[in-house]
Amino acid sequence: MSALLEVTDVRQEYSVKRGFFGKPATVKALNGITFELAAGRTLAIVGESGSGKSTLARLVTMIEEPTAGSIRLNGADIGAVGSERRRSLRGDVQIVFQNPFGSLNPRQTIRDALEEPLKVNTALSASERREAGRAMMARVGLRPEHDTRYPHMFSGGQRQRIAIARALMLRPKVLVLDEPVSALDVSIRAQVLNLLAELQQEFNLAYLFISHDLSVVRHIADEIMVIYLGSAVETGPAKTIFANPQHPYTRALLSATPVAEPGAKKERIILRGELPSPFDPPKGCAFNPRCPLVFDRCRVETPRLMTAEHREVACFAVEPPPA
Amino acid sequence: MADSVLAPAPVALPTAGGSPPRPLAAFWYAFRENRGAVVALGIVVAIVLLAALADFVAPFPPAEQHREAVRVAPFWAEGGSTRFLLGTDDLGRDILSRVIYGARISLFIGLSVMLISVACGIVLGLIAAFRGGIADTIIMRLMDLITAVPGLVMAILIVAVLGPNLFNTIMAVTIVYLPRYVRLVRASTLGELNKEYVTAARVVGVGTLRLMFVTVLPNCLAPLIVQGALGVSDAILEAAALGFLGLGAQPPTPEWGAMVGDGREFIRSNPWIVTTPGLAILVTVVSINLLGDGLRDALDPKLRRS
Repeated sequence: MSALLEVTDVRQEYSVKRGFFGKPATVKALNGITFELAAGRTLAIVGESGSGKSTLARLVTMIEEPTAGSIRLNGADIGAVGSERRRSLRGDVQIVFQNPFGSLNPRQTIRDALEEPLKVNTALSASERREAGRAMMARVGLRPEHDTRYPHMFSGGQRQRIAIARALMLRPKVLVLDEPVSALDVSIRAQVLNLLAELQQEFNLAYLFISHDLSVVRHIADEIMVIYLGSAVETGPAKTIFANPQHPYTRALLSATPVAEPGAKKERIILRGELPSPFDPPKGCAFNPRCPLVFDRCRVETPRLMTAEHREVACFAVEPPPA
Repeated sequence: MADSVLAPAPVALPTAGGSPPRPLAAFWYAFRENRGAVVALGIVVAIVLLAALADFVAPFPPAEQHREAVRVAPFWAEGGSTRFLLGTDDLGRDILSRVIYGARISLFIGLSVMLISVACGIVLGLIAAFRGGIADTIIMRLMDLITAVPGLVMAILIVAVLGPNLFNTIMAVTIVYLPRYVRLVRASTLGELNKEYVTAARVVGVGTLRLMFVTVLPNCLAPLIVQGALGVSDAILEAAALGFLGLGAQPPTPEWGAMVGDGREFIRSNPWIVTTPGLAILVTVVSINLLGDGLRDALDPKLRRS
């Protein structure tokens, strides 16, 4: 199956000025991320705050351009195409943000919010836009007659439905979901996730699902990529990784996810310390200061993704012994 | 313009259909809380009506001289007559008529200064916030330059260069008051630009111009409206100061500041010549300021008592 979205070794660096006399520091937000995503599939990007998840979302949605690496959408490199082509590619990747209270313009009616993408990108007439907007409202489970209301008149779950509807107005092929349910009540969460699953089926959407909540990821993801400080540490099919995590960081993450199974014995791995400062990443493996399996080599060399146990993992401790 | 604020008052309560209160009705409810502002609104409306209907209300044309009645006292004072209710000035012109016609000039100056500087402020502030970098630096340092010179001195300088007349007065006062609008727009735009809805609009493909004026600007309007309302009174005051110095409207234009300036030599012998236009300035400026305060309280939900 050919990939719809191919991300190859993207890096993103920000230079941060430190005062008037200080040398500008470089933050490596992403340190060479590679993945492929096919239509109708869901790739979950998992990592803690500051790991570069949201930077990845901003790159894929063309809000920012990567420092290095390429992002290909349907075979076209979005960094290399002209502005005209790029504009049309933009409609193919849309995003739903985490906070539905910040992602909707408070002075814009729902109707205007939904019709805006069509207004600036297509030549549809006003009545056609209206029709499309109302149809999409109905599709995401909102009452079309509420389209003249303002965002503050809706609840969090409804707002997130509106944000999803807006993202789908241009019929994108890839939808980036940047923690779409983290800001919602648990009771609403399931509804929105179900809606997302239905929409994926209906429009054959590829989801790039960014989350730190593994219980949600377990539900929705086909594949998982765990990132730590801008680098992928483990990636592979969701089932395989959930059943048998290899990287110590993935294991720690999974052990921190509550399981609704009374009496289930589980080994809780507690990580010590914080995510290291991206200004000053540790030498060798980025995870070495917090890793329970750390040994000398980890402090010197940086592990690469290697195939082990049906997934790719970047860790010396689980690397298969050389044959 | 003041009438349109008054009009929605009867539309008060939300309709029975459960639809939320219209923004204007909600605004009027909050505005009504402030008694002073409501009174000020009434006075401002009265002044606007007087200015608009000056041709019918004023007893005499503003420049008509009555040689036989120079420096006549107001009707209640000794030597006054009901022919000239507020007396006449040193050239025998009816002061009441001149004050009424003067309202036109002052309101015209106040409103045009406000409109021009709000318009320029919006454009410059949006450019500074959106472009950032060198454009931001140039615009903001230019504004710093204007603020660095005291307002009146700056205005005198500009009028001295351009020549004293009504139009140049408006120009000068506009330039003096421009920085506050530019700063306000820039600051609130920068605050809005960080919000996700702006990013969301970008991802959808909204162009920069539409982003500026359709997406971001409406969210920055509330403080701008307040500043604009207060700016009208500041502009009137500044223009009156220029008029007083003889650098504003030229005779025989009945401008309040110029009237005070012309009459100042008679302040001991015939004080009404100075007092009446002075009081007109005072009442107008205080009313507009109170109105502006009321607007701010009503538009800012943080100050709103629920």
